[in-house]
Amino acid sequence: MTQETKQLSEHAREEIDSWIKKYPEDQKQSAILAALREVQHENKGYLTPELMDAVAEYLDMPKIAVYEIASFYSMLETTKVGKHSISICTNISCMLSGSDEIVEYTEKKLGIKTGESTADGKFFLKQEEECLAACCGGPMMMVDHVYYENLTPEKIDKILDELD
Amino acid sequence: MTDDKVTIEVDGKTLEARKGQMLIEVTDANDIYVPRFCYHEKLTVAANCRMCLVEVEKAPKPLPACATPVMEGMKVQTKSEYARNAQKSVMEFLLINHPLDCPICDQGGECELQDLAMGYGSDVSRYQEKKRVVQDKNIGPLVQTEMTRCIHCTRCVRFGEEIAGLRELGATGRSEYMEIGTYVEKSMVSELSGNVIDVCPVGALTSKPFRFSARTWEMSQQSGIAPHDGLGSNIHFHIKQDVVKRVVPAQNESINEVWISDRDRFSYEGLYSEQRLSSPMVKQDGKWKPVDWSVAFDMVSNNLKESVSADPKSIAALVSPSSSTEEAFLLQKIVRGLGSHNIDHRIHQGDFSDQENDPVYPWLGQDIAEIENLDAALLIGANPRKQQPLLNLRLRKAALKGAAISALNSIEYDFNYQLANNIVVSPLAMVGELAAILKALAEKTGKNQDLPGFINKIEINSTHRAIADQLVSVKTTSVLAGNAFSSHPEYSSLRFLASKIAELSSSTFGFLGEFANETGCWLTGAVPHRMVAGQHSAQIGLNAISMFENPLKTYLLFNIDPLCDTWNGSLAMNSLEQAESVIAFSAFRTPSLDKVATVYLPISIYAENEGSLINVQGTSQSFASCVSPQGEARPGWKVLRVLANHLQLEKFEYEDVTGLNKEVNDLIGNVSPNNKAQYREAVLNKPSDNAVARVTDTCMNSLDVLVRHAESLQQTQDISDGKVHLNQTLANKIGLENGASVLIEQSESSLNLDYAIDNRLPENTILIHAAHPDTAGLGAWYENVSIRKA
Repeated sequence: MTQETKQLSEHAREEIDSWIKKYPEDQKQSAILAALREVQHENKGYLTPELMDAVAEYLDMPKIAVYEIASFYSMLETTKVGKHSISICTNISCMLSGSDEIVEYTEKKLGIKTGESTADGKFFLKQEEECLAACCGGPMMMVDHVYYENLTPEKIDKILDELD
Repeated sequence: MTDDKVTIEVDGKTLEARKGQMLIEVTDANDIYVPRFCYHEKLTVAANCRMCLVEVEKAPKPLPACATPVMEGMKVQTKSEYARNAQKSVMEFLLINHPLDCPICDQGGECELQDLAMGYGSDVSRYQEKKRVVQDKNIGPLVQTEMTRCIHCTRCVRFGEEIAGLRELGATGRSEYMEIGTYVEKSMVSELSGNVIDVCPVGALTSKPFRFSARTWEMSQQSGIAPHDGLGSNIHFHIKQDVVKRVVPAQNESINEVWISDRDRFSYEGLYSEQRLSSPMVKQDGKWKPVDWSVAFDMVSNNLKESVSADPKSIAALVSPSSSTEEAFLLQKIVRGLGSHNIDHRIHQGDFSDQENDPVYPWLGQDIAEIENLDAALLIGANPRKQQPLLNLRLRKAALKGAAISALNSIEYDFNYQLANNIVVSPLAMVGELAAILKALAEKTGKNQDLPGFINKIEINSTHRAIADQLVSVKTTSVLAGNAFSSHPEYSSLRFLASKIAELSSSTFGFLGEFANETGCWLTGAVPHRMVAGQHSAQIGLNAISMFENPLKTYLLFNIDPLCDTWNGSLAMNSLEQAESVIAFSAFRTPSLDKVATVYLPISIYAENEGSLINVQGTSQSFASCVSPQGEARPGWKVLRVLANHLQLEKFEYEDVTGLNKEVNDLIGNVSPNNKAQYREAVLNKPSDNAVARVTDTCMNSLDVLVRHAESLQQTQDISDGKVHLNQTLANKIGLENGASVLIEQSESSLNLDYAIDNRLPENTILIHAAHPDTAGLGAWYENVSIRKA
């Protein structure tokens, strides 16, 4: 193992290996998205150049190719963000059911704008570009991969206050 | 009509095309212009700029000519209103985010966007919103970025991936925020990085050393030959007011295609170094004094005449293998005219014991362009990526097509293609390893006659067998000897074995060549044992090492820095210090010449010089003087001719370089090379246990006196660092910790040096770069050393 891949935890390597197995032998790089997702998860929600380099080394890819992928996909963060990732859907169905007020309320509550993280590093209010496909329960949000539907300011308080 | 041809109609003209060809290739071949940015002949098709949209009959929308394969009966309009509208719309989009900074942009005047905006742009922009701005990163000393100007054609990205074999630039981010760059702050390290300047159609990537120094239309273009490797890449000088402002490649498909290495592109800066020698100088009472040419010539001819009357053999000359054929020819003619055969150009060679069997000149064994057709190759002591970058490009093409390229080296070099086998051993084990490959080959082919006796004792492993198998199982194969092969202390043994391997496997045996004009030097007799055209000399003079073993009376150094350019710098300096006169024909003042020379004769170099260079495939390429020499400097051939006249030597009445060139070509024109000589049988020396061996490597940007004076190249990582390199195991063994230095002892001297951990090295091997003034005085390039913590 090289100095660089030592950055990856044993668990991350096992996870990546399990994905590598799903693809043809000479196409390890197919596991890149799964690898970055896992590494980001273990690093409290964001990627660093060092971690991306480690993944590049592990999957035998040019480093720049990993940077390209990490900076392209909106579910991958390449700068330091808060621990809990909050994505409020603002696409058409949610917007019609009042997502604007939910966004406004959450921004005020956390004291940050969408796209920012709280100073204590606890919350990250992510700019969600895409519809999260829960239109029948709008307005909705996703917090740490969990969906919460039919949101109201009270519900927001409860959900966020319960996070540690 | 054959099956693979189709007939199409473009703008009403009937054209014939190969099946599967892209439309743009056909229009280009028939002089029908289709605008484009992302399409590049040598790169894969990306079809992302959309500038080449054309109208194709029955197609529901305009199609990109670069990504539309031709089909039988296809009818295309490239200039119809429909096509023009599509092209104009694309242009409007491309200009949306492009800044209007053409007046301060280095690309101005040669910018593809500027040109096409003239043809396809609108006179007013409808775009009112904010323009995109990109923060620039520093990507090293050679390439300047101004990424706000980028139009995302991705030519530079594809160049890195497909040609240079090193992806350094990429497209990060998405949509509006997509940026071309390195993402992290990082210097480009590819030896071909400068080519992104040429492929960039706009001013996003430009030359950093050239920046803001001239407008393109103020410069004139003249042809030249790059003098830093055995290929002789074709170049153009861009000149303003008698000054070379930059160098760009000239297309020559049989040599450098359309690329050049960074070394060839930026070495012109050396011409304007403050260390240039601008007038003849003599040393009086230890002080250098500028003098007139006539004073200098009188002094030099008196020195030489004195030496001749004492003993002609007390004169020796060393000529740089970067010098022109004409210079090498005249210098050897003078030396031989004075009665001495002590002349050599083999400055990086350490073993001359089998020189009587030398071929007329060591050559590539094939044409440069044929390298890409190899099915298998064995590289010995070679790092072609850094030492012959454009030839490596061909090797890489072969490797990508599936050729099995194997390497045997003393340093684990970074190849930009997958090696089939890679053996990295101490220099002391090179002969043994090569013998093992030969033995495996003999077993495989059953041809085991005429092999050296020691081969029975050699043990072979699966790697040796794999290399042998690969060399015999395919058709076109080559055994290629690199720089570390020729400079190895057991060169003769390696050469015997390599040539046997080539013989047994029906491979061509080739030398990659290190300097620009080794061939010219061989052919003109700039060697102590051969005359012009490779004829054997009855008298054999002293070679590049033995001329320094006992101090002689007079030395002539042509384009040489005696400390940095020789295989054993301390030996050379020692004898030169004791010599009565050391005549330096040089373009630069260097500390070691200042110390040992007695006279400086300033010669012109590179773009200032005229003459010819003969490359590794035996092609002679002439070049004319493009700018005036600095100060009083004069072309070397003229200086030598005048010197010969002062010495009253006969037959030196050359009026111009063309006449001289003709005489040389008449003498050497019929010589054909052949590396398949009957070499002296190899000897196996048993390495002593636990000996630490030194290996020496010449970094690409420290090769010769011109590149060593090129400022920007000296800021790259490919230069000599003056440190001792050793691997972690050896460092642990001698107890090195952070910050300590090491004491290196070689037979002739010892030095206290900084060290660098370098795990490319095999066990018990240290690496010291050549051509560094701090370490060149250590002595021979290859020797056993003792190393300990200082």
